[in-house]
Amino acid sequence: MSARVEALGKPPSDDPSLIEAERGTSLWRDAWHRLAKNKMAVASMIIFITITLASFSGPFFLKQSYETQDLRLGAVPPNAQHWLGTDTLGRDLFVRILYGGQISISVGICATAVALTIGVLYGTTSGFLGGKVDALMMRVVDIIFALPFTVFVILLMVFFGRKFVLLFVAIGAVQWLVMARIVRGQVLSLRHQEFIEAAEALGLSKLRIIFRHIIPNTLGPIIVYATLTVPSVMLLEAFLSFLGLGVQPPMSSWGVLIKEGAEAMEEFPWLLIFPGLFLSITLFTLNFLGDGLRDALDPRASKD
Amino acid sequence: MSEENRSTNSGETLLRVNNLRSYFHTRAGIIRAVDDVSFSINNGETLGIVGESGSGKSVACYSLLRLIPQPPGKIESGHALFDGVDLLHCPDEQLRDICGNRITMIFQDPMTSLNPYMRIGDQVTEPLVIHRRISRAEAWQRGIEALREVGIQDPVSRIRSYPYEFSGGMRQRVMIATSLITKPRLLIADEPTTALDVTVQAQILELIRKMQLELGVAVIFITHDIGIVSSFCDRVLVMYAGRILEAAPTAQLFYQPKHPYNRALQKAIPALHEKGDELYTIPGTPPDVSKPIHGCPFALRCEFAVEKCLTSAIVLKEVAPNHQSACLRVQLGEIDLTPAR
Repeated sequence: MSARVEALGKPPSDDPSLIEAERGTSLWRDAWHRLAKNKMAVASMIIFITITLASFSGPFFLKQSYETQDLRLGAVPPNAQHWLGTDTLGRDLFVRILYGGQISISVGICATAVALTIGVLYGTTSGFLGGKVDALMMRVVDIIFALPFTVFVILLMVFFGRKFVLLFVAIGAVQWLVMARIVRGQVLSLRHQEFIEAAEALGLSKLRIIFRHIIPNTLGPIIVYATLTVPSVMLLEAFLSFLGLGVQPPMSSWGVLIKEGAEAMEEFPWLLIFPGLFLSITLFTLNFLGDGLRDALDPRASKD
Repeated sequence: MSEENRSTNSGETLLRVNNLRSYFHTRAGIIRAVDDVSFSINNGETLGIVGESGSGKSVACYSLLRLIPQPPGKIESGHALFDGVDLLHCPDEQLRDICGNRITMIFQDPMTSLNPYMRIGDQVTEPLVIHRRISRAEAWQRGIEALREVGIQDPVSRIRSYPYEFSGGMRQRVMIATSLITKPRLLIADEPTTALDVTVQAQILELIRKMQLELGVAVIFITHDIGIVSSFCDRVLVMYAGRILEAAPTAQLFYQPKHPYNRALQKAIPALHEKGDELYTIPGTPPDVSKPIHGCPFALRCEFAVEKCLTSAIVLKEVAPNHQSACLRVQLGEIDLTPAR
């Protein structure tokens, strides 16, 4: 209680720590610094970026295409020429995995991003407004939830033709429902916390309260759920492809490769092992990354 | 609208509340949380509102800034004139411009009234940023000064901290800094010391008092601790079951009680008992405000109550200079209350 008055009139404009204070006050920048200290998360990020880059740029440097067949060769185990072996049609597995990665990663990321955006905005709005609006919005979610997913996708395909974009739409349209519910639950519990009331008492607009105060507080569960969504989206894509609604041969995705590999695993185990390895490594890295992000975004977790 | 908006001509009415009614429409019925409350506060004055839990003291103040959840809450009637603006009926934008700027609030629990994901500095300066539209650097500068004024050590580095790094008392200091950074004319403090231990409580009270003297801000001090009221407030409202039962300058409230409820409350203060005495308690429980109350809400627990207390309409009337009471029998001069001790 002592040093409170005397230092009042001091002009601290040339205070170096102040200049530093003005920089980097955003939650994201702080989070980035904390994330950079998390070795697992950084390693995961590097691996994930490597796999992604390889998938999207690798095929330019390789002479075979994903559909180049060599029927006389057939399925051979990994060797110097075909690093990861070939499948029964003599197609190079490595090349197919890279091409498949393009599909799987873009479906995984895009559909999750779509689900995340819609889910967070919808859930926040619903939870924040509350009352009748909330009830109505949540009943809409229930109704969409009740629609059988496959029927929904088949309908989409029938009406709009078999387009790749529809895959994102279909998967995103299902995944955002759970996200919206999770976010709404979070917002409901935040809604009546005192700091939200305090923000209202400060005369903040609703939008500012939502974006400055509510959404940052829901980020933890959102990110964890998002990292769980990516793998389930990739598996959904494989399921749709299996039904003939997703990716069509000779194009492939990791899900499709794994499915084909599983059929031939007794004779040609590498057809299952390598695509499975790529998928698992990707999912692992995403999980570590999500974990690291969640910790990084929580100011209380920093112990530096 | 800058520094000039705090006029120092004290004695002038700053806020006048007339016939405020806030009801909550729940499944259990209509909860009449605040039922026909009128009061006013002058510039620079400290007005205490005391009452037990559920007496409507917080709801009354939250209603002023329309902060009660609507629905189920609804402000059924009333006016609250502040600077020529009716807070209860003005457009939302106008109210938002006043909230956090000329009227600010401090809340009960400092542990939950700061956003855990925002730096102290961003929270302290938020009112400046949204109401004054000054640059971030300047706001940050003012934030450091504000923290220094409320007694935060080393504010230049502490302003970058997150709330979890602060103790309860320090957080309440941060809340006070936040609520005073725009130099408001009215500060509503909703039990600001209830969640703090006694020594910190004294420091926070001293701080509020000091800031009040420096800035000339009027304070509405909501509390259930009648002891704090005696040392802190110029004038006191005693609320019970959503109504004001007595309103008086602090000294008169204690030395010349004009309502049996007030007197009973004072009799219950432990410090005023001889050691070894049995502590006095008011018999019974507060009435259920979801049912209409005829007559005096305190009548069933009142040692002076007679038949007409339960049947006549009760209004707050001036029974002595500056001293209002809602007790029918006091108004009629039938009983004369003595101080509790």
